[in-house]
Amino acid sequence: MIHTTEIKEAMKMSSKIQGQRETLLSVHDLHVWYELRRFGFSRMGYVKAVDGVSFEMAQGESVAVVGESGCGKSSLMKTILGINIPTRGELIFEGRSLVDLTDEELRNYRFEIGYVQQDPYAALPPFMNVQQILEEPLIISGVKDREKRLERIRRTMTEVKLHPVEDFLHKFPHMLSGGQRRRVVIARAMILEPKMLVADEPVSMLDASVRVEILKLLRALQEKHRLSVIYITHDLSTVKYFSERIFVMYAGSLVEKAETRRLLDIPLHPYTAALLAATSDPDAENSITYKEVPPGEPPSLVNPPKGCRFHPRCARAIAGLCDEKEPVDFEPEPGHFVACWLYKTENST
Amino acid sequence: MNNLKASFQKLLMYPSAMMGIAAILALVVVSIYAMITIPYPEAIRLWRGGEDVWYRNPKFAPPAWINLFSSKKYSESFAVGTADGGMTKTAAPGKNDSTNYEMVHEFDFNYDVYPQDMILYFTSTFKKKQPFASIELVTPDDRTIRIANFVIGNKFTYRFSQDEKLRAKLRADENIPALFSDPETGNVLKGTYRLIITGTTFEPGSDMDVEFVSHGQVFGLAGTDHARRDLTLPLLWGAPVALAFGLMVAIGTTVLTMVIAAVGTWYSGWLDELIQRITEVNLVLPFFALLIMIGTFYSRSIWVILTATILLSIFTGAILGYRAIFLQVKESMYIEAAKAYGASNRRIIFVYLIPRMIPLLIPSLVQAVPAFVFLEASLAVIGLGDPILPTWGKIIQDAQSNGALFKGYYYWVLEPAALLMVTGLAFAVLGFALDRIFNPRLREV
Repeated sequence: MIHTTEIKEAMKMSSKIQGQRETLLSVHDLHVWYELRRFGFSRMGYVKAVDGVSFEMAQGESVAVVGESGCGKSSLMKTILGINIPTRGELIFEGRSLVDLTDEELRNYRFEIGYVQQDPYAALPPFMNVQQILEEPLIISGVKDREKRLERIRRTMTEVKLHPVEDFLHKFPHMLSGGQRRRVVIARAMILEPKMLVADEPVSMLDASVRVEILKLLRALQEKHRLSVIYITHDLSTVKYFSERIFVMYAGSLVEKAETRRLLDIPLHPYTAALLAATSDPDAENSITYKEVPPGEPPSLVNPPKGCRFHPRCARAIAGLCDEKEPVDFEPEPGHFVACWLYKTENST
Repeated sequence: MNNLKASFQKLLMYPSAMMGIAAILALVVVSIYAMITIPYPEAIRLWRGGEDVWYRNPKFAPPAWINLFSSKKYSESFAVGTADGGMTKTAAPGKNDSTNYEMVHEFDFNYDVYPQDMILYFTSTFKKKQPFASIELVTPDDRTIRIANFVIGNKFTYRFSQDEKLRAKLRADENIPALFSDPETGNVLKGTYRLIITGTTFEPGSDMDVEFVSHGQVFGLAGTDHARRDLTLPLLWGAPVALAFGLMVAIGTTVLTMVIAAVGTWYSGWLDELIQRITEVNLVLPFFALLIMIGTFYSRSIWVILTATILLSIFTGAILGYRAIFLQVKESMYIEAAKAYGASNRRIIFVYLIPRMIPLLIPSLVQAVPAFVFLEASLAVIGLGDPILPTWGKIIQDAQSNGALFKGYYYWVLEPAALLMVTGLAFAVLGFALDRIFNPRLREV
């Protein structure tokens, strides 16, 4: 298979950096709740899109956030981008909490984070050409000199392999192919030379050949600029190309956090196991095996189930414990965190 | 913006749109011509001027070109004077410091309908002894009619139609027909007439001049109204006024509506609520009645009406339509991206939200123009037009209050009405074509 060598490369690369890594972003007990209102002032409750998420990310690390649609991935991502305001909890970027930032500093924070959007067809304003699209972040961040802006646009476009640059500068999004649009989106995210990239399903809506190229491009950019990357997806099959660690998200919280290989090899949380079982890897054996899929649907985020949110669908749920108490993070092996009562240790009840 | 350019190029495929554009361009040319040849203060002076400005013109005279379409030829108006050389004037010294003048005007009379009146305006300078003048008319058949002799003052006006003595001498009911008829048959006598005025001044240094005015049955290109005003003036000046009013209100309304809708939708919350409530209230208020009230009780100035129209037209159905589209655009991914790279609210509204609306905006802007042109005219027709400006609506109002249609002065109503119609139609057909280009779904209908 093509990817094994690439994975090894990536692993080597990441372990090289591992030594001198310092924390870039740390998220602590983050809650993002949306208010539901009906009849003017009466509150109907909240949509608890992100409910108690904590993790840390190092400079140059790439992390995948995996989960079904509606599990709160996008809310988490938007909060990290500074679009959503957290209801509770903290985001600490380079040692400073986002809550304490002034408007000016928040703007500067936004320049530090690039955003690669999901849908390349909707992500680009149809009334601007490539040059205008790429110029916008530069104008906003205060690059006044037109020549300097053009030079940076040219450099970034070469970097994302949109060349010859002159051919693309004056094209409108509708004149570009899906892959080219994706490259423009990546160029827009990279043009301010951010420290971190948030990629929301960067290879969705592309066909397989383009998919690999885009993933390679993102990896090359990550390595070249020592970017931290948060890679958000519902597709576990592309994760291994990319990320050193995987966070599995279910109904607003992270249920398992581990190194990519460990998690893919030995999933601990029953939900992760189910998710992995459902991944479509091209394998002839899949045609004869029957896969166990958890019954039911993800819970409502307005009234999540008491205790562990996965317990109504979990085959291994412990009556009296899983449906009563919310699980905390256990660490059955170093660096592998799982929020499940099955891995309860004696001293941590 | 290449898209916009391409869209406008598609206009070439619509002949109606091309005609609309041609008509609009013609109106613009007329407006510019009017404003250059008759500057604003001059236009106002003429429009508000009375008998002293317009004494040379007949009243209620249709345009001269109706002679082309009529078997009976109506006499045209003219005015000539010795002061400007239109009339010959010869002076010969007489006895005792007196001077004899002979002032002659030869004119062709080939019409079937007699003029309304003929008038002589004398001016003279003297110290004590008043000058003397006598008037003769030589007809084509070489009769010489002695019309009158009189002593003239500094200013003296002689009206042919009102001279009782002349009426007695001609033994006729009316002077003008009698002067221009064959005495035997009573028919019109066509040919070249000669008016001879001989005058004498009795002091050295005194002088006399005369202006000979014929108030015909037809006048100029557009005719005249009840106050002898030449209608070309308000017809020409009505174009810039109508275009300016229509365009300013249309642009003001659409742009403000869009900006307010965008701001309200973007910030949402109480601002959006407030805009919606204002719109709902405004939708049930009678628009035209409110304007009439403002015109009656506050001011009829075109600027006040313009502002009131814009303000009342902002919060209408359009703002709800724009809001619906903005709500959709607001959630689009590229706006999310803009937020992520730190675009300010103002930048998002003006650089990301509003440009998306421009294709929808252009046809509705063009289509809104005729409505406002007609609005200004209708306010003028009911007597609430700007009291100073000459406009098309004002002509119709004057015509209506003078019973133009009842008395048969159709030209008076039809001229401004035709111009209003051309203006409205031009913008409407252009708007329809633009609508088809920018909203392709309509093309199939």
